[in-house]
Amino acid sequence: MIETSSGRGVFDEAAVVARAQAGDVRAFSELVIRYERNILRLAQHITQNREDAEDVLQDTFLKAYEHLGQFQGNSKFYTWLVRIAVNESLMKLRRRKADKTVSIDAPVETGEEPMAREIAVWEDNPEQRYSREELRAILDRAVESLALPYRTVFALRDIDELSTEETAEALGLSIPAVKSRLLRARLQLRDKLTRFFRRKGDDAFAYM
Amino acid sequence: MHLLTCKEFLAELSDYLDEAVQGEVRQQLEQHLSECPNCWVICDTTRKTVEIYKGIEPVPVPEEVHQRLMAAVEKKKAACGSEHGKE
Repeated sequence: MIETSSGRGVFDEAAVVARAQAGDVRAFSELVIRYERNILRLAQHITQNREDAEDVLQDTFLKAYEHLGQFQGNSKFYTWLVRIAVNESLMKLRRRKADKTVSIDAPVETGEEPMAREIAVWEDNPEQRYSREELRAILDRAVESLALPYRTVFALRDIDELSTEETAEALGLSIPAVKSRLLRARLQLRDKLTRFFRRKGDDAFAYM
Repeated sequence: MHLLTCKEFLAELSDYLDEAVQGEVRQQLEQHLSECPNCWVICDTTRKTVEIYKGIEPVPVPEEVHQRLMAAVEKKKAACGSEHGKE
């Protein structure tokens, strides 16, 4: 079992990156151990394919290793890694779909206002209705049902908890573009989750 | 004070939840929330949506996937020699 040796707060990332840049593979493996789960989850959310996600994980860290010297330290190492992982994931998607137009920057459907369809109060602790595995499956499926520009922004902002600025940087999007995608993603997910989490008996058409 | 429509409220919802709205706009949003039960529900459930995702830790990478990755890094190091990353 792989465990990170320290909590996020005391991990001196700059020092570990510097050691890795000097050729210390053990330092690089510390970075791998720290971030591989997040990169695999991100790649899974974007590619929606386990095999592709594992390939993306490997390609991302190999590319990072190869280009470590180009990492300047102006952004966080993780943001830099995310940018590589997003590019690798999009390449996978394009290859699989034989679709050259796969892009984060695809125009969001214009003319349609962000909206909420399902309006129902949730239970106080709705997640307790499900086992951890069931909950994870519900949440993952909901994200994977979003269109690419939405699920990618949501994965970075609300799952990986990058800031709006970091997300914009990692995806090469403007800040307003990140915000508008995030709002739509959140509202769509809210709609989907409402079907699972609404308070029972709240209306005659309750889902369960 | 300008009274917001539900549409205007929704447009600001994300920023409101992220506490990225201050001053008069924030007051207008809170005013709308106190008067519009539908928007209150939408706001509350959107907040819970965001919170529920933030609480989910990523699952560990399977050992064999991790080992394959580290083996590929070692191989890359051998191929690049000590000059890796110095371009």
